[in-house]
Amino acid sequence: MTLHLPFHERYEARSSPLHRADARVKLVATVAYIFAVTLTPFGAWTALLLLAAPLVPAAAASRLSPWLVLRRSMLALPFVLAAVPLAFTREGPAVFSVPLLGWDASETGLTAVATILAKSWLSVTAAVLLTASTPAVELIRALRALRVPRLLVATVQVMYRHIFVIGEEAARLTRARDSRSGARPGYRSGGTLWWRARVLGNMVGSLFLRSYERSERVYAAMLARGYDGEPRLLDRPAVRLAEAAAAALLVAYALGVQWYARA
Amino acid sequence: MHALEPRVAVAAAVETVDLRFTYPDGVEALRGVNLTVGTGEKVALLGPNGAGKSTFLLHLNGILRGRGEVRILGVPLTDATLRQIRAQVGLVFDQPDDQLFSPTVLDDVAYGPLYLGLPKEEVLERARRALEAVGMAGFEDRMPHHLSLGQKKRVAIATVLSMDPAVLVLDEPTASLSPAARRELIRLLQSLPQTMIVSTHDIPLVREAFPRTVIMDGGLVVADGPTDKILADRDLLTAHGLEAF
Repeated sequence: MTLHLPFHERYEARSSPLHRADARVKLVATVAYIFAVTLTPFGAWTALLLLAAPLVPAAAASRLSPWLVLRRSMLALPFVLAAVPLAFTREGPAVFSVPLLGWDASETGLTAVATILAKSWLSVTAAVLLTASTPAVELIRALRALRVPRLLVATVQVMYRHIFVIGEEAARLTRARDSRSGARPGYRSGGTLWWRARVLGNMVGSLFLRSYERSERVYAAMLARGYDGEPRLLDRPAVRLAEAAAAALLVAYALGVQWYARA
Repeated sequence: MHALEPRVAVAAAVETVDLRFTYPDGVEALRGVNLTVGTGEKVALLGPNGAGKSTFLLHLNGILRGRGEVRILGVPLTDATLRQIRAQVGLVFDQPDDQLFSPTVLDDVAYGPLYLGLPKEEVLERARRALEAVGMAGFEDRMPHHLSLGQKKRVAIATVLSMDPAVLVLDEPTASLSPAARRELIRLLQSLPQTMIVSTHDIPLVREAFPRTVIMDGGLVVADGPTDKILADRDLLTAHGLEAF
């Protein structure tokens, strides 16, 4: 039975300057950019705004729809939740108090949360642009070309391969369960919440077992074809000067912003 | 049997009207399938790979929802009737590993009746009967993923039999089975009284157990008739990637 499942690559095929750019250059530029964003001091709003600026031409050069980039960048939001307690734990004069619980939010705390929100969003947006404009295979090759340890690259590669395997396995399990989730007219169906939760827990367990067994088989098949963890390249073209220059410009700009933020 | 109240006096067990379905990637899998199967009929569904057989079967209990109409025992498949229809149509996937999602055989066979909200004694009684019917009594506490393929296939059938469905829909039940396991499965299919729609590439199975044969190709029903007549038409079979021997 063929499955047409809603699991997609992050890569969005387009013909754009950003898509054509060398994966190594894009990777280095993105990592440098994320470092710069991360190092920005708390509350340095102008600096963060200046750092947001390069995302606009980069997004334009990718020819991706702004809506798609924006939607994917929302991935940053759940992580920000982890930062919310900071608002109540930083010392300082209270700005407001949570009714009933009596927690006081300080100004320094709120600044910290807002800065973390801004930084995560900028970093994730940069990563979204990178992954949407670069096929995963090229990214993995770029990691290796940049001398990232082979074991780490191999882990990323195998993980990427298996996300889809596990996703499809999960979709099949869910489909089998839905197929047998029936009702009789006039009777209550669905069992208790506790029972349904247990079924789901069992499904997660079987998913793990099957994925584990399947990954062993896939790995055996990879070994059988001489896999040694080293991605192979037919040819490795030289980095184009214009692209390297653009990346260098971005890095210099980010450093300049950092210098400004601390001046 | 907890059959749905038929809308008309003699409703067909399964009826599809101009059923069309296109996958999100643009593949037009069903291009207007019309099929009526009477109560108690045993129908074999033949056709080459990619003919739309599995896609069609997935419409019969609303796992996939295309345009057109699906009626089970006269009841149209809609959002409101989806769960009732799933209780009436037992769908058995071709890969039993897709079917079995619980830690033990008993958990899996009991899932359907438990979801239906039946009392515990009846659930256990139905599970016992279903496992007995497929010759898997005594395997209740085994882990499904460590059974043999033939055993898994029989347990997969038990997981829908325990729901007491009016219609059994099976996707390639004999694929990859050893001759003995296949023989047992054929005997099982012949012993079950339900209306049956079975997609298969196993021509001898069709000849033996299914009086009516439907051929699908390119998302359409291209032939429908008595099995002996269809299997005797070599030109028809060859034209649709099939072989009779």
